Amino acid sequence: MSLHQSVLAGDRLALARLLTEIENDTPLGRNTLNSLFAHTGKAHLIGVTGAPGTGKSSLVNQLALYYRKPPNAAAPRRVAIVAVDPTSPFTGGAVLGDRIRMRELSGDAGVFIRSMATRGSLGGLAAATAGVVQALDAAGFEVIFIETVGSGQAEVEIAKLAHSTLVVDVPGLGDDVQAIKAGILEIADVLVLNKADRPGVEAAERALLGMLKLGHPTKRLIHHGQLMEDKLADVELAGLAEWVPPIRRTVATEGKGIPELAEAIQGHKLHLEKTGNWQRRDRARLQTELEDLLRSQLVAQWRRQVSEQAYQTVLDELLQRKLSPRQAVDALLNGRTAR
Amino acid sequence: MPEKKIRVLVAKPGLDGHDRGAKVIARALRDAGMEVIYTGLRQTPEMIAEAALQEDVDAVGLSILSGAHMALVPRVMQLLHDNGQDRVKVFLGGIIPDEDVPKLQSLGVAGIFGPGSSTQKIIEDIRNAVRQTA
Repeated sequence: MSLHQSVLAGDRLALARLLTEIENDTPLGRNTLNSLFAHTGKAHLIGVTGAPGTGKSSLVNQLALYYRKPPNAAAPRRVAIVAVDPTSPFTGGAVLGDRIRMRELSGDAGVFIRSMATRGSLGGLAAATAGVVQALDAAGFEVIFIETVGSGQAEVEIAKLAHSTLVVDVPGLGDDVQAIKAGILEIADVLVLNKADRPGVEAAERALLGMLKLGHPTKRLIHHGQLMEDKLADVELAGLAEWVPPIRRTVATEGKGIPELAEAIQGHKLHLEKTGNWQRRDRARLQTELEDLLRSQLVAQWRRQVSEQAYQTVLDELLQRKLSPRQAVDALLNGRTAR
Repeated sequence: MPEKKIRVLVAKPGLDGHDRGAKVIARALRDAGMEVIYTGLRQTPEMIAEAALQEDVDAVGLSILSGAHMALVPRVMQLLHDNGQDRVKVFLGGIIPDEDVPKLQSLGVAGIFGPGSSTQKIIEDIRNAVRQTA
């Protein structure tokens, strides 16, 4: 049986091997992904990002437990988790520790957890994360959590990959100027205020609410000077064009607030489906992937055509300040390299 | 193509709570350029084998100071075998009495490192063992 058939048949070891092949960007990995691609596009991809130590892994653990045992005897959903941690820029090594918080998921055949190192990628994900997610999608996981590295302000790649992005904040991380800066808060589809049993939770929620009022097109929702949020945001907004990210308080270590958070995520999914944004996001996501691939392929192709000597000559001239970087690119691309 | 990274699961099975050694090893392997999946304390053999499978690791490092190694290690080896992961090299660290060493080796344990082992030696042994199967 080929790797592709084994993965589709639910062989977990084959899936694990495939993920390694994808991470190492081997021909086997690429070919198998090609043949699996037709089976993708069914999973709900949920991104989880936020500063280090905000409790992303614990939240993913709790949400996965919730999806495995939903209330009201609903059918459990198969859950995959891709947890990304940073690679050391000096040694190329990494310690991947997200599983520590996910021990309760062990022994459940409906859950698959994979740790990934960034291997030099910036932006909070690894270069192979999109491929790994596709393989898990094809393997039939219905919900896929993608946990980014502990992110600062600019690691927003996750929003391009996921359907729904959770941004996790905790009380006491910064003042309200942090909240209006561009970047990570802007990509939130659901804002999670974790460790909500800590002091300062009211102030943190006020700062986030203030940011939402400024940053999102919410005017029609401001009523008596109050932003109408929470339940309204989930249910009634699902029919409107604009989504206002709801804020949910959680205490992940105790499982508090998890059903409400899952409900908000579901609300966002419904919203995407009703407004056609699901399709639109999918299209934008695939376009990003296409362009990234195109870019790297074009560079690699071009690099094979130009002689190492010509390349080094231009680099030398650059070093001697005879050419500016732009002129150097011009020289290389327009063939004025064989001087 | 990026070079093949060595992936190692570092786990502490059993009930003792002394994870300093495991953390030192995790850090040393990281500095040697390996990807270390660290799973923390009180792992059952089932949890270890499952993580080794999902993460598709090349090696598993077990740290045991509780004296329960003769119960835990054979179970881990058996589960790895059942999962089709005979390829995975198992290393053992902690307090292992000399008389148990031959028995553990006959089970297929690739290396046993007691107190005072140099991290350099551990790194080299893991590299060599993984290279043999690659």
